[in-house]
Amino acid sequence: MAISVDSPETSRGLMQQQGYTFTFLSDPNAETIRRYDLVHAGQGEGGHDIARPAEFLVDSTGTVRWIHLTENYWVRARAEEVLEVSKLLK
Amino acid sequence: MRRFNWPLWLGFLLSVVTFFSYFAVFIWYPVTRDFPWANLLLFLVAAVLLFLGLRRAFTSDRRRSKILAAFVTTLGVVVIAFFLFAFFIGGRQLPASSGAPQVGQKAPDFTLTDADGKSVSLNELLSTPVNGTAPKGVLLVFYRGYW
Repeated sequence: MAISVDSPETSRGLMQQQGYTFTFLSDPNAETIRRYDLVHAGQGEGGHDIARPAEFLVDSTGTVRWIHLTENYWVRARAEEVLEVSKLLK
Repeated sequence: MRRFNWPLWLGFLLSVVTFFSYFAVFIWYPVTRDFPWANLLLFLVAAVLLFLGLRRAFTSDRRRSKILAAFVTTLGVVVIAFFLFAFFIGGRQLPASSGAPQVGQKAPDFTLTDADGKSVSLNELLSTPVNGTAPKGVLLVFYRGYW
Protein backbone atom coordinates (compact mmCIF):
# COMPACT_ATOMS: atom_id res chain seq x y z
CA MET A 1 0.00 0.00 0.00
CA ALA A 2 1.36 3.43 -0.88
CA ILE A 3 0.82 6.17 1.70
CA SER A 4 1.39 9.91 1.31
CA VAL A 5 -0.25 13.25 2.02
CA ASP A 6 -1.75 13.36 -1.49
CA SER A 7 -5.54 13.46 -1.64
CA PRO A 8 -7.55 10.47 -2.99
CA GLU A 9 -8.22 12.41 -6.20
CA THR A 10 -4.51 13.05 -6.75
CA SER A 11 -3.70 9.39 -6.11
CA ARG A 12 -6.45 8.22 -8.45
CA GLY A 13 -5.05 10.48 -11.18
CA LEU A 14 -1.58 9.05 -10.61
CA MET A 15 -2.91 5.48 -10.66
CA GLN A 16 -4.74 6.03 -13.94
CA GLN A 17 -1.78 7.77 -15.51
CA GLN A 18 0.76 5.13 -14.51
CA GLY A 19 -1.48 2.08 -14.51
CA TYR A 20 -0.83 1.19 -10.87
CA THR A 21 -3.16 -1.42 -9.37
CA PHE A 22 -2.00 -1.51 -5.77
CA THR A 23 -3.77 0.44 -3.04
CA PHE A 24 -3.01 4.11 -2.56
CA LEU A 25 -3.98 5.63 0.79
CA SER A 26 -4.31 9.31 1.64
CA ASP A 27 -2.99 10.79 4.85
CA PRO A 28 -3.57 14.51 4.16
CA ASN A 29 -2.83 15.68 7.70
CA ALA A 30 0.15 13.37 8.02
CA GLU A 31 -1.35 11.79 11.18
CA THR A 32 -0.34 8.23 10.35
CA ILE A 33 2.93 9.53 8.96
CA ARG A 34 3.51 11.20 12.32
CA ARG A 35 2.66 8.03 14.25
CA TYR A 36 5.27 6.20 12.22
CA ASP A 37 7.73 9.06 12.92
CA LEU A 38 8.27 9.72 9.22
CA VAL A 39 7.39 13.41 9.11
CA HIS A 40 9.62 15.53 6.90
CA ALA A 41 8.55 18.98 8.03
CA GLY A 42 7.80 21.71 5.53
CA GLN A 43 9.06 19.88 2.44
CA GLY A 44 5.81 19.86 0.51
CA GLU A 45 4.45 22.70 -1.61
CA GLY A 46 3.45 25.62 0.56
CA GLY A 47 5.52 24.32 3.44
CA HIS A 48 3.32 21.32 4.20
CA ASP A 49 4.65 18.36 6.14
CA ILE A 50 5.20 15.27 4.02
CA ALA A 51 6.51 11.77 4.61
CA ARG A 52 10.16 10.85 4.16
CA PRO A 53 10.41 7.75 1.98
CA ALA A 54 10.20 4.51 3.98
CA GLU A 55 9.06 0.94 3.42
CA PHE A 56 7.75 -1.47 6.08
CA LEU A 57 6.96 -5.14 5.61
CA VAL A 58 4.26 -6.17 8.10
CA ASP A 59 3.24 -9.80 8.64
CA SER A 60 -0.25 -11.16 9.26
CA THR A 61 0.04 -10.60 13.02
CA GLY A 62 0.77 -6.91 12.45
CA THR A 63 4.42 -7.25 13.39
CA VAL A 64 7.07 -5.35 11.45
CA ARG A 65 9.44 -7.81 9.79
CA TRP A 66 11.56 -5.47 7.63
CA ILE A 67 12.09 -1.75 7.35
CA HIS A 68 13.87 0.31 4.71
CA LEU A 69 14.87 3.85 5.67
CA THR A 70 17.30 5.33 3.19
CA GLU A 71 19.87 8.01 3.91
CA ASN A 72 19.06 9.78 0.67
CA TYR A 73 15.55 10.29 -0.62
CA TRP A 74 16.57 9.71 -4.22
CA VAL A 75 17.33 6.12 -3.22
CA ARG A 76 14.42 3.69 -2.92
CA ALA A 77 14.04 0.01 -2.11
CA ARG A 78 14.57 -2.10 -5.18
CA ALA A 79 11.91 -4.53 -6.33
CA GLU A 80 14.24 -7.54 -6.08
CA GLU A 81 15.07 -6.59 -2.50
CA VAL A 82 11.41 -6.38 -1.56
CA LEU A 83 10.58 -9.67 -3.26
CA GLU A 84 13.46 -11.34 -1.46
CA VAL A 85 12.35 -9.96 1.88
CA SER A 86 8.71 -10.88 1.34
CA LYS A 87 9.81 -14.51 1.53
CA LEU A 88 10.11 -13.86 5.27
CA LEU A 89 6.34 -13.96 5.35
CA LYS A 90 5.99 -17.69 4.58
CA MET B 1 38.27 34.64 -39.64
CA ARG B 2 36.05 33.49 -36.80
CA ARG B 3 35.71 29.84 -35.88
CA PHE B 4 32.64 28.56 -34.08
CA ASN B 5 33.60 27.52 -30.54
CA TRP B 6 31.88 24.18 -30.69
CA PRO B 7 33.46 22.64 -27.53
CA LEU B 8 32.07 25.49 -25.45
CA TRP B 9 28.51 25.19 -26.71
CA LEU B 10 28.52 21.41 -26.83
CA GLY B 11 29.81 21.33 -23.26
CA PHE B 12 27.07 23.65 -22.09
CA LEU B 13 24.35 21.80 -23.99
CA LEU B 14 25.59 18.51 -22.60
CA SER B 15 25.53 19.79 -19.02
CA VAL B 16 21.90 20.91 -19.39
CA VAL B 17 20.79 17.73 -21.18
CA THR B 18 22.59 15.58 -18.60
CA PHE B 19 20.82 17.40 -15.79
CA PHE B 20 17.38 16.67 -17.20
CA SER B 21 18.31 13.17 -18.30
CA TYR B 22 18.42 12.07 -14.68
CA PHE B 23 14.73 12.81 -14.28
CA ALA B 24 13.72 11.74 -17.79
CA VAL B 25 15.76 8.55 -18.16
CA PHE B 26 18.10 7.44 -15.41
CA ILE B 27 15.64 7.69 -12.55
CA TRP B 28 13.73 4.72 -14.00
CA TYR B 29 16.61 2.30 -13.47
CA PRO B 30 17.66 1.65 -9.85
CA VAL B 31 21.28 1.18 -10.93
CA THR B 32 21.57 4.74 -12.26
CA ARG B 33 19.01 6.20 -9.88
CA ASP B 34 20.50 5.24 -6.53
CA PHE B 35 23.94 6.53 -7.50
CA PRO B 36 23.93 8.76 -10.59
CA TRP B 37 27.14 7.44 -12.09
CA ALA B 38 25.85 7.88 -15.66
CA ASN B 39 25.16 11.54 -15.01
CA LEU B 40 28.50 12.00 -13.27
CA LEU B 41 30.29 10.58 -16.32
CA LEU B 42 28.35 12.82 -18.69
CA PHE B 43 28.99 15.85 -16.47
CA LEU B 44 32.70 15.03 -16.58
CA VAL B 45 32.62 15.05 -20.40
CA ALA B 46 30.68 18.32 -20.33
CA ALA B 47 33.21 19.87 -17.94
CA VAL B 48 36.11 18.85 -20.17
CA LEU B 49 34.37 20.34 -23.21
CA LEU B 50 33.66 23.56 -21.36
CA PHE B 51 37.29 23.80 -20.30
CA LEU B 52 38.47 23.22 -23.89
CA GLY B 53 36.03 25.84 -25.12
CA LEU B 54 37.18 28.31 -22.51
CA ARG B 55 40.80 27.74 -23.41
CA ARG B 56 40.05 28.17 -27.10
CA ALA B 57 38.30 31.49 -26.44
CA PHE B 58 41.20 32.75 -24.38
CA THR B 59 43.75 32.05 -27.12
CA SER B 60 41.82 34.31 -29.49
CA ASP B 61 42.26 38.09 -29.67
CA ARG B 62 38.59 38.88 -29.35
CA ARG B 63 37.62 40.17 -25.94
CA ARG B 64 33.95 39.48 -26.52
CA SER B 65 34.66 35.79 -27.10
CA LYS B 66 36.44 35.57 -23.76
CA ILE B 67 33.61 37.19 -21.84
CA LEU B 68 30.99 35.02 -23.53
CA ALA B 69 33.04 31.87 -22.96
CA ALA B 70 33.56 32.71 -19.30
CA PHE B 71 29.83 33.30 -18.89
CA VAL B 72 28.75 30.09 -20.63
CA THR B 73 31.31 28.05 -18.73
CA THR B 74 30.09 29.49 -15.45
CA LEU B 75 26.50 28.61 -16.33
CA GLY B 76 27.52 25.07 -17.19
CA VAL B 77 29.40 24.72 -13.92
CA VAL B 78 26.38 26.07 -12.02
CA VAL B 79 24.13 23.44 -13.62
CA ILE B 80 26.53 20.67 -12.65
CA ALA B 81 27.03 22.02 -9.14
CA PHE B 82 23.30 22.34 -8.63
CA PHE B 83 22.75 18.71 -9.56
CA LEU B 84 25.55 17.53 -7.29
CA PHE B 85 24.21 19.61 -4.42
CA ALA B 86 20.59 18.47 -4.92
CA PHE B 87 21.57 14.83 -5.01
CA PHE B 88 24.38 14.42 -2.53
CA ILE B 89 23.43 17.09 -0.03
CA GLY B 90 19.77 17.93 -0.54
CA GLY B 91 18.73 14.30 -0.80
CA ARG B 92 20.32 13.54 2.53
CA GLN B 93 18.45 16.19 4.47
CA LEU B 94 16.18 13.66 6.10
CA PRO B 95 14.79 13.44 9.64
CA ALA B 96 16.22 10.68 11.84
CA SER B 97 12.86 8.92 12.28
CA SER B 98 14.18 7.10 15.35
CA GLY B 99 10.60 6.67 16.54
CA ALA B 100 9.61 4.55 13.54
CA PRO B 101 8.48 1.01 14.41
CA GLN B 102 11.44 -1.36 14.53
CA VAL B 103 11.62 -4.97 13.36
CA GLY B 104 9.72 -7.08 15.90
CA GLN B 105 7.44 -4.24 17.00
CA LYS B 106 3.78 -3.95 16.14
CA ALA B 107 2.96 -1.67 13.23
CA PRO B 108 0.61 1.04 14.55
CA ASP B 109 -2.91 0.54 13.22
CA PHE B 110 -4.45 3.25 11.06
CA THR B 111 -7.57 3.92 9.01
CA LEU B 112 -7.08 5.94 5.85
CA THR B 113 -9.01 6.68 2.66
CA ASP B 114 -8.07 4.93 -0.57
CA ALA B 115 -8.18 6.47 -4.06
CA ASP B 116 -11.90 5.63 -4.41
CA GLY B 117 -12.80 7.27 -1.13
CA LYS B 118 -13.18 3.99 0.78
CA SER B 119 -11.91 3.59 4.32
CA VAL B 120 -9.07 1.11 4.70
CA SER B 121 -7.70 -0.05 8.04
CA LEU B 122 -4.40 -1.89 8.45
CA ASN B 123 -5.70 -4.45 10.94
CA GLU B 124 -8.77 -5.13 8.81
CA LEU B 125 -6.58 -5.60 5.76
CA LEU B 126 -4.38 -8.10 7.58
CA SER B 127 -7.35 -10.17 8.77
CA THR B 128 -9.57 -10.08 5.66
CA PRO B 129 -9.04 -13.05 3.33
CA VAL B 130 -8.10 -12.29 -0.26
CA ASN B 131 -9.52 -14.77 -2.78
CA GLY B 132 -10.22 -17.21 0.04
CA THR B 133 -6.73 -17.19 1.58
CA ALA B 134 -5.48 -15.19 4.55
CA PRO B 135 -3.02 -12.44 3.59
CA LYS B 136 0.60 -13.17 4.50
CA GLY B 137 1.29 -9.53 5.17
CA VAL B 138 1.29 -6.02 3.85
CA LEU B 139 4.00 -3.81 2.39
CA LEU B 140 3.65 -0.19 3.47
CA VAL B 141 5.34 2.25 1.14
CA PHE B 142 5.46 5.80 2.48
CA TYR B 143 6.37 8.34 -0.17
CA ARG B 144 6.77 12.11 -0.40
CA GLY B 145 3.70 12.76 -2.49
CA TYR B 146 3.00 15.78 -4.71
CA TRP B 147 3.43 13.61 -7.80
